[in-house]
Amino acid sequence: MAPVLAFWLVLCLSGTWAVDRGNFKTCDQSAFCKRQRALKPGESPYRALLETMELTNTRLTLQLINDNNKVRLLLELYRLQGNITRVKINELKPLKPRYEVPDVLIREPPTEPLSLLSQDDNGVVLSLGAESQRVIVSARPFRLDIMEGRDVLMSLNSRGLLAFEHLRMRKDTFSYKVTSTVASVWDNIKRPLYVTVLPLCFQTGKEEEEKVEDGMWEETFKSHSDSKPHGPSAISLDFSLPGVEHVYGIPEHADTLRLKTTDNGDPYRLYNLDVFQYELYNPMALYGAVPVMLAHNAKRTTGIFWLNAAETWVDISSNTAGKTVFGKMLDYVQGSSETPQTDVRWISESGIIDVFIMLGPTPKDVFSQYASLTGTQAFPPLAALAYHQCRWNYNDQEDVQSVDAGFDEHDIPYDFIWLDIEHTDGKRYFTWDPHKFATPKEMLQGIMDKKRKMVAIVDPHIKVDSNYKIHNEIRSRGFYIKNKDGGDYEGWCWPGSAGYPDFTRPDMRAWWASMFAYDQYEGSMENLYTWNDMNEPSVFNGPEVTMHKDATHGAWEHRDVHNLYGLYVQMATADGQIQRSGGVERPFVLTRAFFAGSQRYGAVWTGDNAAEWDHLKISIPMCLSLGLVGISFCGADVGGFFKSPSTELLVRWYQTGAYQPFFRAHAHLDTPRREPWLFGPENTALIRDAVRQRYTLLPYWYQQFYLAYHTGQPVMRPLWVEYPQDPATFALDDEFLIGRDLLVHPVTEEGARGVTAYLPGKDEVWFDVNTFQKHNGAQNLYIPVTMSSIPVFQRGGSIIPRKLRVRRSSSCMEHDPYTLYVALNPQRTAEGEIYIDDGHTFNYEKQEFIHRRLMFANNVLSSVNLNPEARFTTRSWIERVVILGASKPSKVTLKTAGECRISFTWKTSLLVHSHCRPQWSVYAYCLFLMWPVMNSCTNRSQS
Amino acid sequence: MYCPYLLLLLSLGVSAVEVQRPRGVPLSKRQFYEEGKPFTCLDGSRTIPFDRVNDDYCDCQDGSDEPGTAACPNGSFHCTNAGFRPAFIPSSRINDGICDCCDTTDEYNSGAACQNTCRELGRKERESLQKMAEIAKEGFMLKQQLIQEAKRGLEEKKGKLAEVQTSKKDLEDKVEALRSVKEAAEQPEKEAKERHLKAWEDQKAVIRKEKDMAKMAAVFLELDADADGSVSVAELLLHSELDQDSDGTFTETEAQGLLGGVDKVDTVAFEAVWSNIKDKYISEAKADTTAPVETPQEETRESVSDTDSEQYPEDDIPEDEEEEDEDDEDEDPDDGEYKSPPTTRTQEKKDDEDEGTMPPYDQETQNLIDTAQKARNEFDEAERALREVDDQIRNIEKEISFDFGPSAEFGYLYNQCYELTTSEYIYRLCPFSRVSQKPKYGGSETSLGTWGKWAGPDDNVYSVMKYEHGTGCWQGPNRSTTVKLTCGKETVVTSTSEPSRCEYLMEFTTPAVCQEPPSLDSMHPDHEEL
Repeated sequence: MAPVLAFWLVLCLSGTWAVDRGNFKTCDQSAFCKRQRALKPGESPYRALLETMELTNTRLTLQLINDNNKVRLLLELYRLQGNITRVKINELKPLKPRYEVPDVLIREPPTEPLSLLSQDDNGVVLSLGAESQRVIVSARPFRLDIMEGRDVLMSLNSRGLLAFEHLRMRKDTFSYKVTSTVASVWDNIKRPLYVTVLPLCFQTGKEEEEKVEDGMWEETFKSHSDSKPHGPSAISLDFSLPGVEHVYGIPEHADTLRLKTTDNGDPYRLYNLDVFQYELYNPMALYGAVPVMLAHNAKRTTGIFWLNAAETWVDISSNTAGKTVFGKMLDYVQGSSETPQTDVRWISESGIIDVFIMLGPTPKDVFSQYASLTGTQAFPPLAALAYHQCRWNYNDQEDVQSVDAGFDEHDIPYDFIWLDIEHTDGKRYFTWDPHKFATPKEMLQGIMDKKRKMVAIVDPHIKVDSNYKIHNEIRSRGFYIKNKDGGDYEGWCWPGSAGYPDFTRPDMRAWWASMFAYDQYEGSMENLYTWNDMNEPSVFNGPEVTMHKDATHGAWEHRDVHNLYGLYVQMATADGQIQRSGGVERPFVLTRAFFAGSQRYGAVWTGDNAAEWDHLKISIPMCLSLGLVGISFCGADVGGFFKSPSTELLVRWYQTGAYQPFFRAHAHLDTPRREPWLFGPENTALIRDAVRQRYTLLPYWYQQFYLAYHTGQPVMRPLWVEYPQDPATFALDDEFLIGRDLLVHPVTEEGARGVTAYLPGKDEVWFDVNTFQKHNGAQNLYIPVTMSSIPVFQRGGSIIPRKLRVRRSSSCMEHDPYTLYVALNPQRTAEGEIYIDDGHTFNYEKQEFIHRRLMFANNVLSSVNLNPEARFTTRSWIERVVILGASKPSKVTLKTAGECRISFTWKTSLLVHSHCRPQWSVYAYCLFLMWPVMNSCTNRSQS
Repeated sequence: MYCPYLLLLLSLGVSAVEVQRPRGVPLSKRQFYEEGKPFTCLDGSRTIPFDRVNDDYCDCQDGSDEPGTAACPNGSFHCTNAGFRPAFIPSSRINDGICDCCDTTDEYNSGAACQNTCRELGRKERESLQKMAEIAKEGFMLKQQLIQEAKRGLEEKKGKLAEVQTSKKDLEDKVEALRSVKEAAEQPEKEAKERHLKAWEDQKAVIRKEKDMAKMAAVFLELDADADGSVSVAELLLHSELDQDSDGTFTETEAQGLLGGVDKVDTVAFEAVWSNIKDKYISEAKADTTAPVETPQEETRESVSDTDSEQYPEDDIPEDEEEEDEDDEDEDPDDGEYKSPPTTRTQEKKDDEDEGTMPPYDQETQNLIDTAQKARNEFDEAERALREVDDQIRNIEKEISFDFGPSAEFGYLYNQCYELTTSEYIYRLCPFSRVSQKPKYGGSETSLGTWGKWAGPDDNVYSVMKYEHGTGCWQGPNRSTTVKLTCGKETVVTSTSEPSRCEYLMEFTTPAVCQEPPSLDSMHPDHEEL
């Protein structure tokens, strides 16, 4: 623990619990951001050279010229399948290639033909195919407008903020030397103050030279210097969104769901960083980055995907920001108002401009469009959706065993127990502490005997130790990231001095994956899964606690690939888990750092939060924001990582976490133990109840994840996704939907006596899942709460499958029967789905599953096979149907292959009990008939 | 495939008993499940046909209709576990693929391959119960001894206390008597010493005067550069250090002023001038060497002290000083002074080195001093003896006041320490005092807490000890240790762990917690079913 302590002590000296902001750059301290942000909207210096235009079947290319420096850029415009427009801008002849992000798109996106509608000296108009959508390329100054009919959907460079710092030779002139010498001397003198040296201008030749500004060729932050051998390379582009007042996405930030304008502060920053004790409600960068923004109004949802892995800043401004509601109303009444508009500007340090404009028009379309580019959520093993018990650290095998036994003793289910860094032999990943975890297989077998699983941490920093196999292999194969001088990059992390494998290399990833083979990873078994932490990467003694930007990954600088590193780590780890089972078993890997596309590799959590009520609250918008950009498998540490929660907070956090996708309790090493049974029988019961609610709903969660895997729709959704025309939903932060049918408004206020939930949809009804009470939509509903309350509502018109026989782990429940909760809408119909497979293999890809639509209409509950190719048999059956919103029937019958006796009871809802076991495969013929008029069932539902 | 009835074949020894009842029902509730008759849920909430019992569908809110299936979320299943102890398990564990009942009856339809381990478990349990009973028996006997010893010990201590308290009285009287003797002897001693000192001071003054005159003469000769027997303004001006107003220039007027307004002075008049210049005057022989050397020395000293203050937080300094003060007080200050004049050099002495040392006391004075010193020594000794007696009384009283259990059976642990060595640390438990941890391979000891209180549950307070306020943890609480006491023949620390950061748990066996073992007859719970 010595190095760890040393590090913590250093941080401790800053003295407070909050983040030490001084450790992280503001835009002003990040030279390229400062340079770019200094540019103000105005006429763009760029002009499109229409004579260079080439239009092929798949793309349009066109040169742009900067009239100030005469540097030419190449614009590429693609129309992609699914209503997406791709805009690429690169230097026409860069001095050396500029980085284009690989491995994020699942394939080269298929194109659709672009056709020229008209052309003149001022520009060209191209058709985007559907719905009279067009792109107008204006030549002087250059701008792009995407239109539909007479409406402008989005404009690019309309504020003239396109900027492209072309690669250039370093000026080794006398004047430069003088300047730099003076600057460095001056820097030495004034270092603590970060005085910027005034830019010096000099003219050579006929073209106007770029100004050489401080920070272009070298930059210093705190004691860290960035050598910038390739000089300035930043890019920037502005997007105008007429009619838009709400923008979302660009995680990860500890901020509200609806993004704020950034005029009066820093832009939102995207730069994967290990932020110690992060602060809430600000735009600082966190562990992961997904450069995707969604824009929404009541008519349309669009998205911008800025494919760039370098440090990125996003500015948001709005012409209605700051206007009061009354002011807006006045504008409306007077009709004098300009259209509301949001302007967005992206700035990245290097790479090229590669933007995907997703034109919706519905939120679901945008999700599909984004999924078509970067893929969908990995379909997790069912157990991964259950409850996870984690702590830094479970001390030894005995501790693991006693915690495992504690869950049984207190009859609380759990599926995964986790081991943090202390389980290793001196922070050497893939090893076990020889004293505390001497016989890992014995331990894993003990867990397996209970049908449970384990996760052990494997971080990407590798202890520099010539007696450590992993290190020796990586070094001898030359797989480490190199420092600017060509040696292996070394930084300080948990093990002390550590190397960082170059995960951007496919051969490195393949090797890493092979390390998860059972014969390589000693002590591992098939119920051992993996957690990748610190993969921003975290470098305790690096600039901003991460890697130096001038470290190199082959031809590229770390600067170019930084935000991608964490994705690659998780990718390689997930591959390893797949390979160890010969491609049979689904992997489960949790990551802290992520990028666009990370959804394909597993789960994400919101990092090192704290045991505070505000951190509980922020878990909702943080996971919602991730869901909007494809990463559905998101959760926050239940209970809060730092500090110790009050019992009330812990209980409320369990209740909230039980309804969030990734449900894991975690705690810091220095906090008192907090296993669920340590807070008295009453609180144990409350936590037990919350966890059991999660387990009963696992069939629904699983089905939602299947849907997310298939379609890219988020599992945990903001209300506006389902009610896009209801402005009351646009900024809701404290409630959310799971799928479209469950609305959750967890209690996140200390000492709450009640919550006010907004139930959306003027034609909807919502049923309280506890009382079955029916409430109308489009209202704010006050719900009195006690400590046991978790306000959850099922949408009328939905059918949700549950398993009410909660056992000690999800695997134990595999063959258990289902109860269908049919919530009727005012038309007395309902619809839902059921998805069943083996829960852990890839056999679903071979059509080994049951996927049926469940329908209730005309007093008949029936089902239809959604995939006639699919084959799967299960021992589970439907034991009960609960129909919410039904009146008392006179008779209920079941039609099935054989004899089957059913009965029913009716109180506030109708319970239909089945005393036989109609098989799912038989269910196509099975239906319920009820109410005074007997309906016969037509055999429309064939399998 | 499931049947509502279970034929229970219980074989224990020679007897074989058949009991028919629905699966999962304990014998004690058998009468509620009568075949063929409608079943009423045990909470009375409703009545159902008997064929709905164990039909794998939950009808009763209390789960009582499904004692043998997992259908009810709140049901429980009874395993007979013949050969071992019967048990209830939550019905969610029926047919979950995990063997919970040692008689395998919970996994009748899951495909789990369970082995009947009841006999083996029963045997082991009996063995261990027997062993525990033996330990308890022996331990309980040892405990009786401990109680006797504690009683005896207490009596002894009380006796000792009375004894010591008596001797304290005597000592107090003795101290008072010796104090008077001492004070009587010190008065004449003081007067004699003062006389001696005064004489010495007078002598020193004479010597000092002579030296001054000699120096003045030497300076006069030095100043009198032209050796004309007088010091002139011009000669004086060569000594710029004599600049009266220290403004950097030593003017003629100033020099003249020093000479008393005249241009030159002879040896006689120089006496008056000498008194004005002697503090500032720098001899030409020394002038160049001294000044530049001292500055760096000072700097070094400053930087050293800076480092010191950084290394040791300022808070520490007053504490150190206090400690030193206390030390000083402990030693008799007179004692030190008495010895010092002839042998050691004080700071003052060093400055006036050439004035010589104080002459030894005359015989008369020395006799007075010796007498007084003897009285002081005797007084000190008596006082020390009194303090020791006070300590003794305090210690005995403290020990008597400890809560050593209802019969003082834990008293024997007092003033004892017990160690346990693990792979990394040596743990040390000193009951009623402290717990500590020391790295096995060097390093300093860490306090894991000092004696706090008995902390067992209300019905067994003396089963847990709590040690609190140990060394603080970074960003965490102060270390503390919970010691769990179990019955054993030996007094030994059997394990330690740190379940939560800085909260230690220690297992400790001692005969003092052994309870009288129950008679062996009541120790066979497996009889219940038969």
